[in-house]
Amino acid sequence: MTDIAAQSRASAPRGLARRLLTRPSFLIGSIVVLFWVVCALFWPVLVPYDPFYTDLMVPLKPPSATHWFGTDQLGRDVFSRVLAGARDILTVAPLATLLSTVVGTTLGLIMGYAGGLVDEVLSRIVDAVLALPVVIVALLALTSIGASMWTLLLVIGFSFSPIIARTVRASVLAERQLDYVAAARLRRENHLYTMFVEILPNVLGPVMVEMTIRLGYAIFTVATLSFIGFGIQPPSPDWGLSISTNYGLIGGGYWWTVLFDGLAIATLVVGVNLVADSIQGALND
Amino acid sequence: MTEVPALSVQGLSVGYTVKGVLQHVLKDVSFTIGRGEAFGLVGESGCGKSTAAYAVLRYLARNGSVEGGEIRIDGRDVYQLDAAALRALRREKVAVVYQDPGRALNPSIRIGDQLAEVFELLGVPAADRAQRSIGMLEKVRIKNAAVVARSYPHQLSGGMQQRVAIAMALASSPTLLILDEPTTGLDATVEAEVLDLIQALRREFDASILFISHNLAIVTRMCDRVGVLYSGRLVEEGPTRDLFAAPCHPYTTELLRCLPRPGMDKATAPLATIPGTLPEPGSVMQGCVFAARCRLADDRCRAEDPPPEGTAPRMVRCHHTDRLAELETEAEAPVHVRKAAGAAALELRKVAKTFGHGDQKVRALREVSLTLNKGETLGLVGESGSGKTTLARAMLGLIAPDAGGEVVLDGQVLHPDLKRRSLDQVKALQIVFQNPDSALNRSHSIARIIGRSMTRLLGLRGAARGEKVKSLLASVRLADRFLDAVPKQLSGGLKQRVAIARAFAGDPKVVICDEPTSALDVSVQAAILNLLVEMQAQQDVSYVFISHDLEVVRYVSDRIAVLYMGELLEVGPAAEVFAGPQHPYTRTLLAASSGEAPGITGAGGPQAQGCIFHALCPARIDGRCETERPAEKMVTPDHMIRCHLEAEALRA
Amino acid sequence: MLVFAGARLLPGDVGRAMLGPFADPAAVATLNHQLGTDRPLLVQYVDWIGDFVTGDLGQSYSYRAPVAQFLWPALLNSAKLALVAFCMVVPLGILGGVMGALYRDRAIDRILSVTGMVATVVPEFVSGLVLLLIFAVWLHWFPLSATAPADAGVLTQFYHLILPSIPLVLILFGYIARMTRTGMIEALDADYTRTAILKGLPRATVIRRHVLRNALLPTISVISTQTVYLIGGLVVIEILFRYQGIGSLIYTAANKKDFPILQAGIMSIGVLFTIMTILADLLYAALNPRIRFGGDG
Repeated sequence: MTDIAAQSRASAPRGLARRLLTRPSFLIGSIVVLFWVVCALFWPVLVPYDPFYTDLMVPLKPPSATHWFGTDQLGRDVFSRVLAGARDILTVAPLATLLSTVVGTTLGLIMGYAGGLVDEVLSRIVDAVLALPVVIVALLALTSIGASMWTLLLVIGFSFSPIIARTVRASVLAERQLDYVAAARLRRENHLYTMFVEILPNVLGPVMVEMTIRLGYAIFTVATLSFIGFGIQPPSPDWGLSISTNYGLIGGGYWWTVLFDGLAIATLVVGVNLVADSIQGALND
Repeated sequence: MTEVPALSVQGLSVGYTVKGVLQHVLKDVSFTIGRGEAFGLVGESGCGKSTAAYAVLRYLARNGSVEGGEIRIDGRDVYQLDAAALRALRREKVAVVYQDPGRALNPSIRIGDQLAEVFELLGVPAADRAQRSIGMLEKVRIKNAAVVARSYPHQLSGGMQQRVAIAMALASSPTLLILDEPTTGLDATVEAEVLDLIQALRREFDASILFISHNLAIVTRMCDRVGVLYSGRLVEEGPTRDLFAAPCHPYTTELLRCLPRPGMDKATAPLATIPGTLPEPGSVMQGCVFAARCRLADDRCRAEDPPPEGTAPRMVRCHHTDRLAELETEAEAPVHVRKAAGAAALELRKVAKTFGHGDQKVRALREVSLTLNKGETLGLVGESGSGKTTLARAMLGLIAPDAGGEVVLDGQVLHPDLKRRSLDQVKALQIVFQNPDSALNRSHSIARIIGRSMTRLLGLRGAARGEKVKSLLASVRLADRFLDAVPKQLSGGLKQRVAIARAFAGDPKVVICDEPTSALDVSVQAAILNLLVEMQAQQDVSYVFISHDLEVVRYVSDRIAVLYMGELLEVGPAAEVFAGPQHPYTRTLLAASSGEAPGITGAGGPQAQGCIFHALCPARIDGRCETERPAEKMVTPDHMIRCHLEAEALRA
Repeated sequence: MLVFAGARLLPGDVGRAMLGPFADPAAVATLNHQLGTDRPLLVQYVDWIGDFVTGDLGQSYSYRAPVAQFLWPALLNSAKLALVAFCMVVPLGILGGVMGALYRDRAIDRILSVTGMVATVVPEFVSGLVLLLIFAVWLHWFPLSATAPADAGVLTQFYHLILPSIPLVLILFGYIARMTRTGMIEALDADYTRTAILKGLPRATVIRRHVLRNALLPTISVISTQTVYLIGGLVVIEILFRYQGIGSLIYTAANKKDFPILQAGIMSIGVLFTIMTILADLLYAALNPRIRFGGDG
């Protein structure tokens, strides 16, 4: 009875792209993500006002035809700041994800392949890091070394590595049992070849899924850290930072200073996660 | 016949919707099972036999649907019942024994409670259920039934789990009992016992049986009538004995000829094969489903689906039943099998292997000494847990044997660690793994898989390598167009050819074949066995051929070694091991494979002392076998048996 | 069971060995979490005490009192908030997952999984902010701050905590529902469920007796590991809703570089996490006969 189900698994890898494109959630997700990527890259030509230009004549103006999303305390155009706000988060988060994927995959390969004491020790470290919420780890680290774009990138990159390492390790453990690894030993391949040429291609699926999921979390974490003042630093028009400086005003009814930034974050993370879910689904089909 | 049949299936068609496309896996299948009758449905993987069973139960996968036909159990149309009536039918009229008992039982509920559930459904008062459950367990010959009732499934062996499943199925005294490959995955001796149990209980409970199996021998033993499925089509049906003695369909005819039979060996004749591969389930075909592989097929077969023909009780769907004799081709000339030379290619000296430590110590191998001669095939036989795979891995150097054991290749003692062996030694010893899906890297192309071995072992590169890969692929009968394919684009048989090619890529002296055909269908198995024999004749390699299938081992082997729980009990020429004198365990194994329930007494775990087999041995010498490990005894110069019995007793 | 718990606390990768290489990764993860958690933290703790004894105490800070004086009330406040969130999210999440699995691929399932995903991935401060805008600023249904007046009764405190707990509920809902759904589907598709159905058991009985128990096992692990992330969320929520909990304590300490408080706060989270995982393991073991009877499964 399972034969037919098994059969559908057997389509060629290039079918993945085609299967992805037929998923509405992938299309929606990538359009949203693409929109913000365009904003991050080309905001200087897209914005109606200079997002850094303060105009103390028009502070806290509600949304209107001239200022679509209103203005903030310093009279800066919120719409322009929202578009430009994509820049820093979409620089830090993807780079941090890339860093964590490279570090985590390497670590996971070593742990799963080497086994024994190496795995034991590394697993302990991984578990210890995972026992604390990423936000707390990042907070501690950034308190100690000071917050900047680069430290943020490094801290998020390294604090996400363990979870990727653990996913990769689990896949590698399963792969290592397979006879093709024994076959590689029987032609005297060295460990590096076996790890990176034999095993790695077979665990790339989970790595890819994990990477897109981590990208979502990286955005989440950067935004959160910026909100509590340990992330992206002023005067960046970053969304989290913006909310952090303006949320005290909502009691006074100045909702436009924070709502659009919030929606921007929400759409971006949801978009990334729609893409992640679709990739995961398409790989499992 | 006025009697209402237990099961009647008329014109059943079933399809699965895969990615929005309906694929037919059963086409117009009809059969009936009379009261008390046992009907077998046989076929290779993907033929739709399990689908048929679950269609009868109205329990198809989520994407499955019945596209036509009618199924009646005990006269009631299964697909016209409402939910309550369907439950009543499943409760009272029909029961199933599944292929994998370990998964068919709920892991978190005690055996007794799972059984009692059946009685609960039948309205037995709560107070009596536990007693009835224990009674049922006793009926399936479970000795300490009360203890088993309190156990969880994972605490029982596979054979015990299947007995529990049988007890559960029979508890409601169903009219129809469906057995879906009930012994696949069980060891030969356990299998024989379970089948024997089913036979006995079948009479006691007077149930009709639908028996699903891929194993022709078992179906022959268990069933009154049999239907042969091929690619979703019932191609032939009839009384079991008649049908297998005189098959009317080319597929059945050829399939029977693919199986190695007693009296055949590699030197007499190659096995018959069926060209081509099994069609993908659900593939769309015009005309006869077997036309693509049939040697009698003509344009009519390819255009026109043959209707059912023949007089009851026989039925066959074939346009050319009159031309069956044409299939009777002369046996092909056997390949010239080289005589095994006297010199030893590989020698094992007291190879032992212990896993774990302290209380958890498991002795997987106990001082096994064996010799493999040049050009010979040594069959290695044993049930699960016998240590045959451990032995293979120790030979290859994939695991290091315990200190004191030696593996000797061509007179040189091999280092236990593969990394410390010389390139020539590594080259000389290669393996064909059981499961090609596991053995071939699914991200690498065929050319790369084989080419890499040549680079590493022979130092070949570039064009020279390409040439050699091509010639090797040709010798395993794989077309060049597969060079750039990845394994999943190949069928099981083709993948195993790639695995064989890889084993031969470094010009080995000894190739270990670890159950190389057990993952394959019968019609594919023969071709792989023929290929292995052929490769041996061309390349002058020695084989260690591991298998649980005694007929296959007998066909390919010159000598046979019998392992049980890590102990080598017997080794000798193939004919002698089969004909006797034999170790009592060997006899048990042979009896089980020919269908007799082995006279095994008690339950046996590994024995710490004495003969490893004493707890189960029907010929045990009390007072001696429990305490004293028997020495190796040479019954003929080339035939060792490890047993206390005298040679004459071993012959009896 | 105590022996079992004890054995797992010993060094050595008992968790993985017990569950086998193909065990549910979440379960293995839990065990290993717990195995590795406390030690490195203890090491840090010892270092910290060393610094504390030999070096500067950070006298310059406004708090000139023992850390414990701030730590306990903060923990208590956070526990109240977390408890409210937890009591809402666990039943909701499990219910969502069960519904999703029972109506697999139908509209309900799709809606649940999309809402779950959106709820889980949007940062707490964003959802909190939106909730504040709608329910506090525009509708005035709830107060802006989570801190109730000093003399407030239990109900008033609860009232203040509802709005802040919702972002936490949202974050966790998706996780729990998704894990439950996966576990449920696995159990629904399992061979033993087929056995139960083909015995002729009514669907409700099949689900109650055969499916739920096996399905909820992985969920237990998830709930315990996710508690940690809930604490991460507390930092943000407590800042946003101006609530004196462990999160805001850590935040303030971090801003003031008050390392003693920072360390103590983080230590307590580690300890809390360890306790949660042990509890989850005990519960898991109690429900899973394979573990209860030792590693022979």
